[in-house]
Amino acid sequence: MDIPTHLQSEVEQIISVHGRDRTALLPVLQDLNRAHSYLSQEAMLCVARELGVPRAEVYGVATFYSFLSTEPRGKYVIRLCRTISCAIQGKYHPAVSALLEELGVAFGETTRDGLFTLERTNCIGLCDQGPAMLVNDEVHVNLTERSVRAIVREYRRKAAPVGA
Amino acid sequence: MDVQSVRGFVGTKLSFADASPDVGLRKSEAMDPEALIHLVSASGLRGRGGAGFPTGMKWKFARAEVRSPKYIICNADEGEPGTFKDRLILTDFADLVFAGMAIAGRAVGAEKGILYLRGEYEWLHAHLEGVLARRRNDGLLGAAVLGNRNFAFDIEIRIGAGAYICGEETALIESLEGKRGEARNRVPFPVQSGYLGLPTVVNNVETFAWVPCVVEKGAEWFSAMGTRKSPGARLFSVSGACDKAGIYEYPFGTPLRRLLKEVGGEDAKAVQVGGASGVCVPAAQFDRTLAFEDLATGGSIIVFGPQQDMFAVAENFQHFFAEESCGQCAPCRFGNVRLHEAILRMREEGLDADTEASLRSLAATMQAASKCGLGQSAPNAFLSILDNFAGELPRPRT
Ligand SMILES: Cc1cc2nc3c(=O)[nH]c(=O)nc-3n(C[C@H](O)[C@H](O)[C@H](O)COP(=O)(O)O)c2cc1C
Repeated sequence: MDIPTHLQSEVEQIISVHGRDRTALLPVLQDLNRAHSYLSQEAMLCVARELGVPRAEVYGVATFYSFLSTEPRGKYVIRLCRTISCAIQGKYHPAVSALLEELGVAFGETTRDGLFTLERTNCIGLCDQGPAMLVNDEVHVNLTERSVRAIVREYRRKAAPVGA
Repeated sequence: MDVQSVRGFVGTKLSFADASPDVGLRKSEAMDPEALIHLVSASGLRGRGGAGFPTGMKWKFARAEVRSPKYIICNADEGEPGTFKDRLILTDFADLVFAGMAIAGRAVGAEKGILYLRGEYEWLHAHLEGVLARRRNDGLLGAAVLGNRNFAFDIEIRIGAGAYICGEETALIESLEGKRGEARNRVPFPVQSGYLGLPTVVNNVETFAWVPCVVEKGAEWFSAMGTRKSPGARLFSVSGACDKAGIYEYPFGTPLRRLLKEVGGEDAKAVQVGGASGVCVPAAQFDRTLAFEDLATGGSIIVFGPQQDMFAVAENFQHFFAEESCGQCAPCRFGNVRLHEAILRMREEGLDADTEASLRSLAATMQAASKCGLGQSAPNAFLSILDNFAGELPRPRT
């Protein structure tokens, strides 16, 4: 498989930050995943060659961690907590319905405009302020039917080209 | 992001708020490492990550290892459902944690520290880097801590990527080495052969935070709180059906009933103590105490109100384990999926005696034969719910 030159130089740049050895594998994959929303076959192959780690092991690591993906995902990954401490809050089910409706996708899916991927996740350590969710690295707590819609719209607005 | 914006409700008593991290660090710098370990042992401090291993003893083993470099790892993977007390420590008391890690480094002869932060806490990353930078600038980390050329210690932050199992210390080490987070066989223990095969101390965030407090205020100050077998106090993460969910400090030995009163959860029907891997305690047992010798916990308390369907709880936790099992050993990989399917089925069809017997036998196999603590504790919640709330299941059709 040929590695496109821009990818090759991107991987080299990332490796120059984290180091050229096995312990750098996870941070390198995390950076690539963040930049591209996922890890392509080419990206994994390039990392394998550069770090001298077998391809199968890179794939093994990439598929082990739920924050890494081998399929394209949305610009914003929404991770809604599904653990019982959040799910028994009265606001939880109305908030979930509103989120599904606002996005028009099911859990595990990405919106057609490529903006959002909706996922359920296990406890994110915000149970005292649940229901809670992460949007990429940002925290949203005390979710309600209304607030989830507002949150999604705010990200849409942020992503829209200026003046549009 | 302003990390304080998710501080939440915090109970009135908080020992960490009265401690000055650098007083403890200065005192330890003036002490002989053996005396330091002796002090930590004398306080009776036990690990706050769940298993409760005596911290002084762990450090003593690591100090006795001749190979170097040695590593000090702070376990900030905080993934046990219902646990969020390390979050508060990291937002409000990160200096205590970093001082505690440096003290551990001095005690065991390690110059490198790593804080493994769960990916879900990436929002804390910049804040923590900021605290580290300030400490380096103040001479509290670096090649000569407090100007002492014989006291080098620095800390690096590494981020997890969404895997509960990486809280298990050997899986955490695998993850740091760039591998899948699959638990190792124990023996050798991490103190003998940990990160990169070198002697490694892994302690919980809260364990490290108590260390400078103990050094500053003395072993007796600490052991005067708590019980003989569980000295000291600890933080509890309280959530679920109560008026004041939040983070509370209690001495060990506190009755569950007292905690419930203070958090406004007195009408609880049951309380999950210790998260998904803990046990579900029915109201009849609320006089039991929170301590390693009774209800052991990594600090997670989830309150269930009178209307709670308890098998919905069992289902939620078993789904968690089926999803989070790393898959390397069969009892855990298959057992959790089978138990989860069985719980879904029993909620519809009830549970007959034969099926119950075979599920109990499956659970016993998982407890005995799983490779690590995840699989070994995965049936606990279900079993304690089955023991106390079987009457909530529909009657099986015969
Ligand atoms: C499945 C599993 C998950 C764990 N998760 C954590 C965790 O998130 N944080 C933690 O400190 N310890 C966790 N532990 C316990 C660690 O393996 C280890 O005992 C602990 O970090 C040691 O520190 P301590 O002695 O200070 O408690 C977990 C254990 C298991 C089996």
